[in-house]
Amino acid sequence: MKKVFSKLYIILIFIFLYAPIATLIVLSFNKSKTRAKWGGFTLKWYSELFDNQVIMDALYNTLLLAFLSAFIATIIGTMACVAISRMHRAWRTFFMGVTNIPMLNADIVTGISLMLLYLSLGMTFGFTTILLAHITFNIPYVILSVMPKMKQVNKSAYEAALDLGASQPYAFFKVIFPDLLPGIFTGFLMAFTMSLDDFIITHFTKGPGVDTLSTKIYTEVKKGIKPEMYALSTIIFVVVLLLLLFINKKPGKKDNA
Amino acid sequence: MKNKQKLLATPYFFWAVAFIIIPILMVFYYGFIDSAGHFTMQNILAIASPEHSKALFLSIRLSLVSTLICLLLAYPLAMILANKSVNQNQFIVMIFILPMWMNFLLRTLAWQTLLEKNGVINSVLRFLSLPTLDIINTNAAIILGMVYNFLPFMVLPIFNSLSRMDQDLINAARDLGANNVKTFCRIIFPLSLPGVISGITMVFVPALTTFVISSLLGGSKILLIGNVIEQEFTQASNWNLGSGLSMVLMLFIIISMIITAIFDKDGEGLM
Amino acid sequence: MKKKVLLTLALTMVAAACLTGCGKSSAGKNGEVVVYNWGEYIDPDTLDQFEEETGIHVVYDEFETNEIMYPKVESGTSNYDVVCPSDYMIQKMIENDLLAEINFDNIPNVKNIGEQYFEQSKGFDPENKYSIPYCFGTVGILYNKTMVDEPIDSWDVLWDEKYADNILMQDSVRDAFMVALKRLGYSMNTTDEAQVKEAAQTLIDQKPLVQAYVIDQVRDKMIGNEAAIGVIYSGEAIYTQRENPDLEYVIPKEGTNVWIDSWVIPKNAQNKENAEKFIDFMCREDVALKNFEYITYSTPNTAAQANIEDEDIKNSKIAFPDFSEYNNLETFDYLGVDGDNLYNEYWKQVKSAD
Repeated sequence: MKKVFSKLYIILIFIFLYAPIATLIVLSFNKSKTRAKWGGFTLKWYSELFDNQVIMDALYNTLLLAFLSAFIATIIGTMACVAISRMHRAWRTFFMGVTNIPMLNADIVTGISLMLLYLSLGMTFGFTTILLAHITFNIPYVILSVMPKMKQVNKSAYEAALDLGASQPYAFFKVIFPDLLPGIFTGFLMAFTMSLDDFIITHFTKGPGVDTLSTKIYTEVKKGIKPEMYALSTIIFVVVLLLLLFINKKPGKKDNA
Repeated sequence: MKNKQKLLATPYFFWAVAFIIIPILMVFYYGFIDSAGHFTMQNILAIASPEHSKALFLSIRLSLVSTLICLLLAYPLAMILANKSVNQNQFIVMIFILPMWMNFLLRTLAWQTLLEKNGVINSVLRFLSLPTLDIINTNAAIILGMVYNFLPFMVLPIFNSLSRMDQDLINAARDLGANNVKTFCRIIFPLSLPGVISGITMVFVPALTTFVISSLLGGSKILLIGNVIEQEFTQASNWNLGSGLSMVLMLFIIISMIITAIFDKDGEGLM
Repeated sequence: MKKKVLLTLALTMVAAACLTGCGKSSAGKNGEVVVYNWGEYIDPDTLDQFEEETGIHVVYDEFETNEIMYPKVESGTSNYDVVCPSDYMIQKMIENDLLAEINFDNIPNVKNIGEQYFEQSKGFDPENKYSIPYCFGTVGILYNKTMVDEPIDSWDVLWDEKYADNILMQDSVRDAFMVALKRLGYSMNTTDEAQVKEAAQTLIDQKPLVQAYVIDQVRDKMIGNEAAIGVIYSGEAIYTQRENPDLEYVIPKEGTNVWIDSWVIPKNAQNKENAEKFIDFMCREDVALKNFEYITYSTPNTAAQANIEDEDIKNSKIAFPDFSEYNNLETFDYLGVDGDNLYNEYWKQVKSAD
């Protein structure tokens, strides 16, 4: 009985989560240009998608931003974690406090504050300003994923390695780094996803001609989304889903999350 | 020797100063001056004006309600998930993150298509001769949008703290004769509290400050504090007022930071 | 393990991005021009055509309202070369010294633009030095004939309780107040606080009847039969009628706003010559015609007007109205800082009302 209930509950929540996504997928096959009317089944948006330079540019910017910002944030964040775990309490509190600011602060305030900073520095708004902003809000996700792993690190093995004459970097990469790896991966992925999904901060830090999918969609929302956008989201969704299924089917290997 | 390792934090230190601390100070600076550059408290006191305080209280009300709904939905879900075998629950958790790969704006817009007067849900209801659902452009639609978008932020921390829980404790409680309710109240819930608290802040803060959900699902009829601030910056070009109101928002954020710090000393509950 | 695969996933996506990036058009050999225009206000093909013919790369950005556009140009965070604001906003930009004079020698195709439109522009650009008209039109009521069976000729219908929850209002401060002020018989350029306050009160009274405040979404919603009545720009009328023949557009008898959107060049433009080439291109007869057919906003390009193939549209009263038939037509004026603040203040009251 309990099992049935919990199954039912999960199914209901899934319907709630996926109803809008199903809607978007259906809309991507809609012949009519407006969201409001069903004009018959078509695949033409999928073929037109790849000719749509504007959307392709936005996709390129989005992915490049997500990758670069997640990558840089992972490096800076992981380095910081190693250092923070060796610090005295006061410094540690300072760093963790600062790290919490972009996490807990409203996106709108983060976006505005960065905009004010760029303005006062006289920077031209464009790709770089967005990238800096994304790195900034990504670092905390990395730190918060790596920090807990830092506590599980086998310190005695590290010290043993040093005693045996290993250089510090060597000992670090051989002993500590493998322990951190799962955390680093999680952090990178979180950062990547957050950057991909961000709209508000990009909205305030973007310049002319540089659009991510989010900002492009925001301008299109008002005039009616171009159906190619639905097609693109459907493709992204299906690719990610297939990969997930594929990974999940692979039996055997132990999970290290 | 260990000092060398501490130096690894240098890049982050400078980054944090340049892109986190200084920008926040700039908001304070703008918030405390008027358009002529003189010191003023007006921008902060402006929160007391009827329009602004109304928008703020409405935001607080809506975000409290949606946080509560998120919690009520997420807790049982997290419990179910935490009891599954490792392989299964990993997959299910990924299924939760998956919607985030569909753009946030598109997902919210899809709700518009679903909820509209002649939208998908109402067409189905009409087909079944059931009464229609008229919630688009109301507070209810905004709450729905908030719950939808922020639910994963509630599920994941609770799930994390539940699955990290020592099963032996629960078994011990059962052995000592505690029934399910008692085990839950005495053991499970208190131990999951850090997760719950970080879930609450991670839902409450974005819900409190959103301007996108309210404008997409509220038909721009409902003004939340996020909308006021956004409009001061992008349309009325009154940056000082916008900054002043942002500072008021930050007050709420600081409060939630303190609460989080009390319950969750190492930031472990997050994600 | 899973994370590793997910990482590969991320990397695959990046690889895909790089592939799409390869096809990216790099900066043109003759530099670039940064254009800031209304959303969906141009046929994208004309941009490609311009790039091909001139070798100038177009960086294209869109805004939703004049009010959103202004701070971006003013703050200088983005150096736009060509912008397309409306009348009163052009006046504001001129008064705040944000615009550069256009060198008309570089724009020979300006001859295609009807003289009357320059005459009309003198209201905001007295010497016709800063702006070249791109589109013009009116603001009126779009209604669905299947949901409204009485003839509509007045703004009053927007306050009719019969249509509660079926009314779409404009979500921009000046347009919303225009409707209320005109209905009360006042000028839409009034700075008399009592009149603005009265208008705000009627807007607050109207709010429970309004389904949503929208800008461009009015188009989708009217096509989808989501609402019976909407306030809309005349240019959208032809498009929406094409998609949904039940829709009808009227200019209310109390008068309305006649607007012009014109190309201007901001003072901080980096590529002024390219900007002039761009404007010249847009004034070309065939380009203007192409744009008109795509966006269906009335073009002031008389040469293009003459070549419209569809007779119905060519003679359409909506696209090319005879302004002498209407009373109380006005164009927005810039009202100064105090005027702006007055309207913004009352607009906020309207928006935060229940």
